[in-house]
Amino acid sequence: MKLPIYMDYHATTPLDPRVLEAMLPYFTEKFGNAASRSHAFGWTAEEAVERSREEIARLIGANDERSGQPDGKSIVFTSGATESDNLAIKGVAEFYKEKGNHIVTTKVEHKAVLDTCKRLEKDGYEVTYLDVDRYGMVDPDAVAKAIGPKTLLVSVMLANNEVGTVQPIAEIGKITRAKGVLFHSDAVQGIGKVPFDVNAMHVDLASITAHKMYGPKGVGALFVRRSKPRVRLTAQMDGGGHERGLRSGTLNVPGIVGFAKAAEIMRLEGKAEAERLVRQRETLKKKLTARLPEVHLNGHPEQRLPGNLNLSFAYVEGEAMMMAIKDVAVSSGSACTSASLEPSYVLRAMGVGEEAAHSSIRFGLGRFTTDEEIDFVARLVIEKVEKLREMSPLWEMAREGIDLTQVEWAAH
Amino acid sequence: MAYSDKVIDHYENPRNVGTLDKNDENVGTGLVGAPACGDVMRLQIKVEEGKIVDAKFKTFGCGSAIASSSLATEWLKGKSVEEAEEIKNTAIVEELNLPPVKIHCSVLAEDAIKSAIADYRAKQASRKKAAAE
Repeated sequence: MKLPIYMDYHATTPLDPRVLEAMLPYFTEKFGNAASRSHAFGWTAEEAVERSREEIARLIGANDERSGQPDGKSIVFTSGATESDNLAIKGVAEFYKEKGNHIVTTKVEHKAVLDTCKRLEKDGYEVTYLDVDRYGMVDPDAVAKAIGPKTLLVSVMLANNEVGTVQPIAEIGKITRAKGVLFHSDAVQGIGKVPFDVNAMHVDLASITAHKMYGPKGVGALFVRRSKPRVRLTAQMDGGGHERGLRSGTLNVPGIVGFAKAAEIMRLEGKAEAERLVRQRETLKKKLTARLPEVHLNGHPEQRLPGNLNLSFAYVEGEAMMMAIKDVAVSSGSACTSASLEPSYVLRAMGVGEEAAHSSIRFGLGRFTTDEEIDFVARLVIEKVEKLREMSPLWEMAREGIDLTQVEWAAH
Repeated sequence: MAYSDKVIDHYENPRNVGTLDKNDENVGTGLVGAPACGDVMRLQIKVEEGKIVDAKFKTFGCGSAIASSSLATEWLKGKSVEEAEEIKNTAIVEELNLPPVKIHCSVLAEDAIKSAIADYRAKQASRKKAAAE
């Protein structure tokens, strides 16, 4: 077993060696510009791009309703999910501005969605940020209630990057379709890992990125529904009119080829991989909770990403914990790990107390996580939590039976 | 975040972790910070004939908070109470080479020292008062 161990698969994933293999020729001999229409170099690149579109469309069920075949034209390539989120939300808001000015989203979205919405608010749009329950789940009825005559778009993520909660996308899709409102989903974390089908779930726009599914960084896509309803967008990037005018810029051909290979692997192996990850995740959870008291799960117990285990270790601060297990790469909702010194907004939106937010650790398991690593991490975490609790005045006070909520703390 | 070697040393080998008897009249206890803010320090001093003969701490907080309190206990031992009062957070920042976002950890350590001394003095004052009566 090699150290350090990577358990931060929500942040990014390593490239699958098969993906790299597929990409390599497109850096060297097949280097053409997919927009070059007049020679073989361009045609080879364009062919690869078109095949890639179809492979990605297949993974998310973006099939043409009449032929039943994957509709590659519904895939717009971007630089990643942040750009896809911006293009979807700003693109809809601008294009349909005569029709309305209201967007519905949730408080636990990724910053690429939240900050895009905030920008639109400055430009005069209205945004409703829906609450979530204590598991981080949004209530479809709340979505229905929030939709008004001026609502253009609902944006709800497929799965949360911090706590792994999977949102009821199919239920929300039914509502938006019935009300004639467009539905965007930032599907970055969940694609290939939990069920996602844009037609079955009535999703009109979906953001995806390659590097969260063992593909390369710097390439993503936006699914844009082409019929029933046909979604129109205002482009956010001006230039050569690539991607049917929706996203100008020379296509990242090797990246796109890698993205498609990663999508193919996910389509073929994702289900078996998810089952293995659930087993490993539950093993890790059981090992930790069997030995350590007062360890709390953040997020939904079942409706969650297979590889996500987010735990709060009471009386131990998250950053200190990360230092203690420095041979394991994880992340924390603790304020001390963020530049803003604010604990995770996702945990706060779920009503998780600030103390618990400061004590949260996200273990992100993935394709290359081994059982041996799970055992090692469990042993290490148990040892370090016990050590840090011995150093924690809160742990001592709690052991003495002092109710910490009744202590008059001097907040600073 | 890249920490200095000194922070890592204090974090990995914290000095003087523990608990003194808070009911001992020669012990002063300072408990500062709040769980909601992500750091709580408890710093205790034991004073004999005006000199700090022992110091212990327990800290819930990040690496710099633990290192700041560990360093504080090291500095306190052997100092008179008056000398201890002069310890400034800036000295802790300098010694541990704390980055700007972690300066509040050193402030908390200074507060903990002051609070422990105040507790010790309050105990002494009430003892004198009891003796006089």
